[in-house]
Amino acid sequence: MSIGLVEGVVAIVGLTVLTVVSRGFFFLSRREIPLPEGLRQALRYAPLAALAAVVAPEIVMTQGRLIDTLLDARIFAAVASAAYYFWRRGILGTIVVGMAVLLPLRLGLGW
Amino acid sequence: MSPPAPVAGDSAPGPDPDPELPVWRHPEFRRGAADMADTAVGIAAWGLITGVAMANSGVALPLVVLMSLLVFAGTAQLAVLPLMSSGAPVWVMWATAACVNLRFLIFSAQWRPYWAHRPFRDRLRLAYLTADLNYVLFMRRFPEPRPAPEQWPYFWGGALTNWLSWQIPSLVGIFLADRVPLEWGIGFAGTLALLGMACSLLTDRATGIAGAVAGCAAVAAYALPLKLNILVAIAAAVAIGLLIDHSKPAARRAARPLDDAT
Repeated sequence: MSIGLVEGVVAIVGLTVLTVVSRGFFFLSRREIPLPEGLRQALRYAPLAALAAVVAPEIVMTQGRLIDTLLDARIFAAVASAAYYFWRRGILGTIVVGMAVLLPLRLGLGW
Repeated sequence: MSPPAPVAGDSAPGPDPDPELPVWRHPEFRRGAADMADTAVGIAAWGLITGVAMANSGVALPLVVLMSLLVFAGTAQLAVLPLMSSGAPVWVMWATAACVNLRFLIFSAQWRPYWAHRPFRDRLRLAYLTADLNYVLFMRRFPEPRPAPEQWPYFWGGALTNWLSWQIPSLVGIFLADRVPLEWGIGFAGTLALLGMACSLLTDRATGIAGAVAGCAAVAAYALPLKLNILVAIAAAVAIGLLIDHSKPAARRAARPLDDAT
């Protein structure tokens, strides 16, 4: 049940406006906008929360159900990725290491 | 809305010393491009993976191409993708992207002293182009928050290099994705990219707890309709984070008498 064309274009145009406005928020307007304190505090957690909320189900769920085995290639790939990130701090390596763990487990062992 | 070529007219009311010189002939343009080229391989690889992940998501190809060209924000695109392919309502996609984009608000406040004097048309184009790396490199080159004539060409050199080294591999990934079998799980690379971005935001215990709460809440509330689990998770994590922040001053207050005694 993927998104329809018209709805998709609306979504994408909205995403474009959102991105341009957030990237230029404090320099698009002539007037100086003070950063509200509540927003400043939420800024610390909201981006991480959004990412974690999208990522976690992609790792531990299959078709809307929590997986009931730990023998899932995605779990090993995610752990290896995170470990690499905290070791080297590079996004590219993080992806490469994770995929290097995922592919053999999935293609070789069928996990 | 592809980024317009930096033609001579661009430098109109700015303080450039030589308005005759097109931006792309300026030595600072080359310097900006060279600085960005160092990281272009990484950007290109991420763009390629994002392209493949987008094409494999089941979202129609024209939409995927449009998204790559217009939105030009890898993290937001990857975050919204699972929502698009599972039929979540548009406003949930927007709310998710807005949260992922919040870091740009911080950057834009730092950009302001450099660009506030530019005409609105220029600032609009800057707002489309300023990705994370442009910010990092530019602030390293011009740490003083004062406008200078060489900033505009320097920015364009880096921004165009960044734009091309993202868009070309992203489009290549989109169009070559069907050569890669889906059962390999290549699309998972997009999830891993997001995981890496999430890890980069884990700076202390409070963010670690907030991230864990968000992940657990998103899984626990997965059965909610309209992908509302994402918003539940964000709300829970921000609430926990603020709670931790506000309990800290109390602890410090309790410890103060000891501090004063020293």
